[in-house]
Amino acid sequence: MNEKSVKKTVKLTTPLKNEDLVNLKIGDKILLTGIIYTGRDAAHQKFIDTLNRGEKLPFEIEGSVIYYVGPAPAKPGEVIGSAGPTTSYRMDKFAPELIKLGLKGMIGKGKRSKEVIEACKKYKSVYFGATGGAAALIASRIKSSKIIAYEDLGPEAVREMYVEDFPMIVVNNTSGEDLYEEGKRKWKEL
Amino acid sequence: MRIIETSKIVEEVEKLCINSNYYLGEDIIFKYKEGITKEESETGKEIFEQLYENAKIAKDFKKPICQDTGMAVVFVELGEEVHINGNLETAINEGVAKGYKKGYLRKSIVKDPLFRENTNDNTPAVIHISIVKGDKLKIVVAPKGFGSENMSQIKMFPPAAGVEGIKEFVLKVVEEAGPNPCPPIIVGVGIGGNFEHSALLAKKALLRNIGDRNKNSYYSELEIELLEKINRLGIGPQGFGGKITALDLFIETYPTHIAGMPVAVNIGCHVNRHKEVLI
Repeated sequence: MNEKSVKKTVKLTTPLKNEDLVNLKIGDKILLTGIIYTGRDAAHQKFIDTLNRGEKLPFEIEGSVIYYVGPAPAKPGEVIGSAGPTTSYRMDKFAPELIKLGLKGMIGKGKRSKEVIEACKKYKSVYFGATGGAAALIASRIKSSKIIAYEDLGPEAVREMYVEDFPMIVVNNTSGEDLYEEGKRKWKEL
Repeated sequence: MRIIETSKIVEEVEKLCINSNYYLGEDIIFKYKEGITKEESETGKEIFEQLYENAKIAKDFKKPICQDTGMAVVFVELGEEVHINGNLETAINEGVAKGYKKGYLRKSIVKDPLFRENTNDNTPAVIHISIVKGDKLKIVVAPKGFGSENMSQIKMFPPAAGVEGIKEFVLKVVEEAGPNPCPPIIVGVGIGGNFEHSALLAKKALLRNIGDRNKNSYYSELEIELLEKINRLGIGPQGFGGKITALDLFIETYPTHIAGMPVAVNIGCHVNRHKEVLI
């Protein structure tokens, strides 16, 4: 396996643009810096309800990145509690509409639907995998965090975070490839 | 009769909730270290490095290892010579509520599966009580995250399906789960009993430490065989591809009916937490 020769580390800064994304290969390691937003199931339902009412989302969606996370509470003096990714398929129903509006990155863990992978290809968006369960490590890369919407949702409220060198891997890129399928195919022993 | 006050139970459960979420078992940390050298995929190696570093940060800074601090599953072995001054379940739930608040653990429990209002104190716990000989009280707290819980399955096999049916089912469950339950996973398999008991066996299997084999040599060999087969699926750490998909697999069995062979597979993530106390 000459994996090392094809995988690279790429530093990205938000907001993301198409030219930042179109050359990314599945398996590339990314260190992300800048503002990102959080949202899980309940927040996504609210995003879609907001759009259906013809109202504006609580943040600028064009070029944005949404991190699927419900953090643990911060201790006094901490920016945030442990904050690893949640399983992404629960957001599959909502993601294509947001991608169409300019969402450029999603961070989570686990498989996405065909519709999400297609939307990533069509509208140039990328699904990044963060390490599930590495929640204390990831929290150390989150430098600021504030709730900007839906405070009533508790751990599911929408936060604006500033992250530095947030570690992630390209899972679904703008060419419609899927690291989960490719990885299994490459490493499976018959 | 030995008397145990409920205040003691509250205090111990509180500590177990916090400690199980902050301090990962040495058996699992050892597997992370091993994974850094043994995993062949470069991405997979890096995942093990992250998990090792994460466990260290959690311990040093007293933070939850994973933000999903789980639904609290509590196993109690109550000695028949023990009298508890007060209600045992109420005390356990009070301990859970206190532990999740004091430890800054995430409150993930909703009051009703359809009307999803958070209870805000992570109660109620799922409590399993068994009466045993003696004058001691053993409490095990095993917080379970739902990334992995959601990938678990149960199947009622006819006896003729045999061990081949079991093997095929376990591999199917792990393959379908893929990256979702945060591999490298730990697999609990419950065989026998009836519908609900097989699920309980699978959960109990996850309480074992890495490397603790079933006492029956047939089942201990089956554990090793299934673990090797799972690790040939190629799913790898986080599902990014690799040689290490599971850290271990545990089988628990129970007598069953002449007409059936229930099999439950409970998937545990790499943050397989359990801490216990003997009072």
